[in-house]
Amino acid sequence: MNQYVIIGNGVAAAGCIEGIRTRDKSGSITVVSKENHPVYCRPLISYYLEGKTDLERINYRGEDFYKTNKCDVLYDKTANMLDPSHNTVSLSDGVTLHYTSLCVAAGSSPFIPRFKGIENVKNKFSFITLNDALQIEKSITNKSKVLIIGAGLIGLKCAEGLHDRVEKITVCDLSDMILSSILDKDTSPIIENHLKEIGIELLLSDSVDYFENSKAIMKSKKAVDFDVLITAVGVRPNTSLVLDANGEVDRGILVDEHMKTSLDNVYSAGDCTEGYDASSDRRRVLALLPNAYMQGFTAGVNMAGGCQVFDRAIPMNSIGLFGYHIMTAGSYISDNSSDITNIQLQHASAKKFFVKDGLLKGYIFINETDKAGIFTSLIREKTPLDSIDFELLKKMPTFAAFSEKIRRKQFGSVV
Amino acid sequence: MKRIYVNEEWCLGCHLCEYNCAFANSGMTDMVKALKGKQIFPRITVDGDDKINFAVSCRHCRDPICVKSCISGALHIENGTICIDKDKCVGCLTCILVCPYGALSAAEHGTVQKCQLCLENSVSGPACVAGCPNKAIVYEER
Repeated sequence: MNQYVIIGNGVAAAGCIEGIRTRDKSGSITVVSKENHPVYCRPLISYYLEGKTDLERINYRGEDFYKTNKCDVLYDKTANMLDPSHNTVSLSDGVTLHYTSLCVAAGSSPFIPRFKGIENVKNKFSFITLNDALQIEKSITNKSKVLIIGAGLIGLKCAEGLHDRVEKITVCDLSDMILSSILDKDTSPIIENHLKEIGIELLLSDSVDYFENSKAIMKSKKAVDFDVLITAVGVRPNTSLVLDANGEVDRGILVDEHMKTSLDNVYSAGDCTEGYDASSDRRRVLALLPNAYMQGFTAGVNMAGGCQVFDRAIPMNSIGLFGYHIMTAGSYISDNSSDITNIQLQHASAKKFFVKDGLLKGYIFINETDKAGIFTSLIREKTPLDSIDFELLKKMPTFAAFSEKIRRKQFGSVV
Repeated sequence: MKRIYVNEEWCLGCHLCEYNCAFANSGMTDMVKALKGKQIFPRITVDGDDKINFAVSCRHCRDPICVKSCISGALHIENGTICIDKDKCVGCLTCILVCPYGALSAAEHGTVQKCQLCLENSVSGPACVAGCPNKAIVYEER
């Protein structure tokens, strides 16, 4: 009987479990969970603070998920050492598990910058786990002044979650623009203006110089009063288990299109991996929930003896912020004469396309999100733009832009 | 399993399917009261240009990328039908970001809606199919 071990208990692990069970109904599955929660939806922690979900609904799967899938979950434990020559992994409690195949779905950890005086800041948090959200919730009152370091996806979703529950929110970032990982100079000001209208204080091109008596003294010399500090400057893939076993690691654990690492019988999935980005044709850490699930599922199928390939990962994000909605996908290219960008900018909306070599490579949409998946699919499938009426499609997402043959396949057959 | 298919050469572009869908999912018994003077939220939409029309709704894919991408666990498969749990949906629209068919849409109250083949309402069989005057929308095995 096969013995499957999964290190981690997030969405990649859930995908792995479901992938394994498509082929092997009886092999044992042991899940090693650092957190003391069944698998939950990490991106929903801001919705939890906002009151749009609760501790029950935030669970990713039903309460019988592990039972139905015959999984043994070891909570509050981490994996310390992997020995691929003996197919064993030892855990933080001293127990050693034997595996037929193993999946490292260990996620990522927040990077905490070392600011002078930060050790004396009492209420300081990251915003990654449900426990972070629960701790933050305990620390805030409606009089709280919150300082968030980092105006990326995590920092701004945190700001949204806290907005109606605290008095003031200040967000600072070293960059001169917000959401610099998904927006660009043309599009970020739209969101920036919206956040200012909502009442969020933004300090861009600025960072904390030092902390002193519940004040942050910024590099710009501005003093920011706060009582709760949230650091959201980025995350780093948890690679040490594979790295220490001499597996190939760059920024993340390197995986092929089967989610196999360089170590025998060891697979990896989710935010700890560095896979292949089909939109930029290069290796990249793609720490996104859909990617984590699909990688995990692929790993699971292959661990159970199947042959599944996942080679269509691309960066993509759908994020709502205070009533505005941003969707982005693919890679943005510029500074190259062969690139074509097409932009339609309005006060509160934008559509920007990035085209190269006759293919759609990326897009940025703000408040123009209807049927956006048609465009995401063009990027993922590398559809030649001369095979469709892309000019029409840029104006509105319609299948009239596709050939009758494609429509017949899509709407007249099983897909 | 039976799915909804469109025969675009028969579609008149009359949009009746949209009204029948919105009515079937309104939970009301009077079509006029359910729809008149209101913004409707059909789960099927007529697409096309000045030459051709066709109705677009969920394809109920065998390997649904929306389910795999759902960040809240709201989208799931029930006997082959792709269903959404509106209590779990937070309206992040990730499913709209990934669906190649543009078959999901934002609903009235901040969540996402999609065709569930009229299995969850009181109508027997898809209302869009039953009401299509030219048999351009069919519900069958293929």
